[in-house]
Amino acid sequence: MAMTVDLPALERTDAIAAPPAPAGRLRRLARPALGLLLPVGLALAWEIIVWLGFSSGRLVPPPSKIFATLVELAKSGELLRHIVATLTRVAAGFGFGVAAGTLLGAISGYWALARRLLDPTVQALRAIPSLAWVPLFILWLGIFETSKIALIAIGVFFPVYLGVMGAVLSVDRKIVEVGRTFRLSGPAMIRRILLPAVLPAYVVALRVGLGLGWMFVVAAELMGASEGLGYLLLDGQQLGKPAQILAAIVIFAILGKTTDWLIEIGFAPLLRWQDAFGRQSGAA
Amino acid sequence: MLILDRLGKIYPNGVNALERFSAEIRLGEIVAIIGGSGCGKSTLLRAVAGLDRATSGAVTLDDISIAAPHAKIGIIFQEPRLLPWLSVADNIGFGLQDAPANVRREKVARALARVGLADKANAWPRELSGGQAQRVAIARALVPQPEVLLLDEPFSALDAFTRRDLQDHLLDLWADTRPTLVLVTHDVDEAVVLADRVLVMRPRPGRLFEEIKVNLARPRDRQSPHFDNFKRRVLTALDRSLDRNLADADPKTTTGEAMWW
Repeated sequence: MAMTVDLPALERTDAIAAPPAPAGRLRRLARPALGLLLPVGLALAWEIIVWLGFSSGRLVPPPSKIFATLVELAKSGELLRHIVATLTRVAAGFGFGVAAGTLLGAISGYWALARRLLDPTVQALRAIPSLAWVPLFILWLGIFETSKIALIAIGVFFPVYLGVMGAVLSVDRKIVEVGRTFRLSGPAMIRRILLPAVLPAYVVALRVGLGLGWMFVVAAELMGASEGLGYLLLDGQQLGKPAQILAAIVIFAILGKTTDWLIEIGFAPLLRWQDAFGRQSGAA
Repeated sequence: MLILDRLGKIYPNGVNALERFSAEIRLGEIVAIIGGSGCGKSTLLRAVAGLDRATSGAVTLDDISIAAPHAKIGIIFQEPRLLPWLSVADNIGFGLQDAPANVRREKVARALARVGLADKANAWPRELSGGQAQRVAIARALVPQPEVLLLDEPFSALDAFTRRDLQDHLLDLWADTRPTLVLVTHDVDEAVVLADRVLVMRPRPGRLFEEIKVNLARPRDRQSPHFDNFKRRVLTALDRSLDRNLADADPKTTTGEAMWW
């Protein structure tokens, strides 16, 4: 597993030549706009079709109706209550999952004996589809918050565990040797060599874990909750309010993207040294 | 005085990499160790650095027995091995963590200027060329002012022009504090340009084969007949160390540019 991370000794200093031509700048602005073309176009087309009366829009409400539902939910304070409930669950589950995944991943990566003891079991547990735990968690932990948070934590745990273990295992032996020649103590070796070396992979693992956390919060809230965005979904289904379901989905999308982005920019100052960071967004 | 006393290394797989290697190296001396591949050069250097332990024999520096990396011994590897998450300046100051911040800053600034990279202080290692990165590695090893600097084929990954440049630069830096240099190399030219003494090793098991003193004044003229003469002597020793038939040796190879092994 000795994946070497040799320093790229490339001649790169003068590579930033050639000022961006007008066409290049246009392309830079046009690229995100190009991505918006399809969804915005479709939404607009649907809005017009419903407005012209070609469809009732009862099962697939037009964007204006979804927006109106959102505004209504927000005004009554309902929306905030559901968002807070869901965010709290994700935060707690993510916190526990990351803590356990980081700790066990680091131990397994650092210490071969622990890896031999621990890793086969973790890998076996990973093979179980996490939703299969749901009935057991409900029996053990009840139908309230604990079982939901446990489920989310399970979802977050595995990618973080695997990411941390893999990252520690693939730290370049040659760089560790530099630490040895400067006679770093164990803690100093961890702080000055190992931690910075695993950080890029760790951030990716956190983002993957967070993505799974959002996935599992929906599952957890669908299995029974009195508040939360997942409850809004279920409530919308049972009462036949597709606009409410779509509104909840939109909020999920916004929250998921925002929290992912927070992790990205939170770690960005520590990862400025990386060649590829700017191009990495969209991982996870 | 750096004393290597009958160093031997047998790897766990039974390979006898090094056998009874002895040498006494004076403070400030430059010694090049040269030999065909598999002759135990790198094994030897790693034992002197304290990175790997020899299975027999001992390394002592000023009566201190070396069994682990020591503050008086610095090492430069074939690759620069800079820490990619530290700026060039922080890489150079890596070994000065215990020094007060202002002392560290001042030493780093001086070292940066000395290796001609003052304008790169805040650059990331990935932004450097191969030659620049190796200069930073040299500065990082020299800043704690080691008594002995070990170099493991330090310039072999560089192009011929940069290599020559850095050889001269290394001598220049060496003249500042005159540490002992022990250099492992494949390159006959490099050995003769830099060293006071060239130790030729023979492989399987790695042993000291011959010692050639290079008493040429510095700076050495790579074009001079004396220089060629020493190169030829080293090459001849290398050929004999590999049991090649001397009578067949093509005289042209001995005067060629850098000879690679």
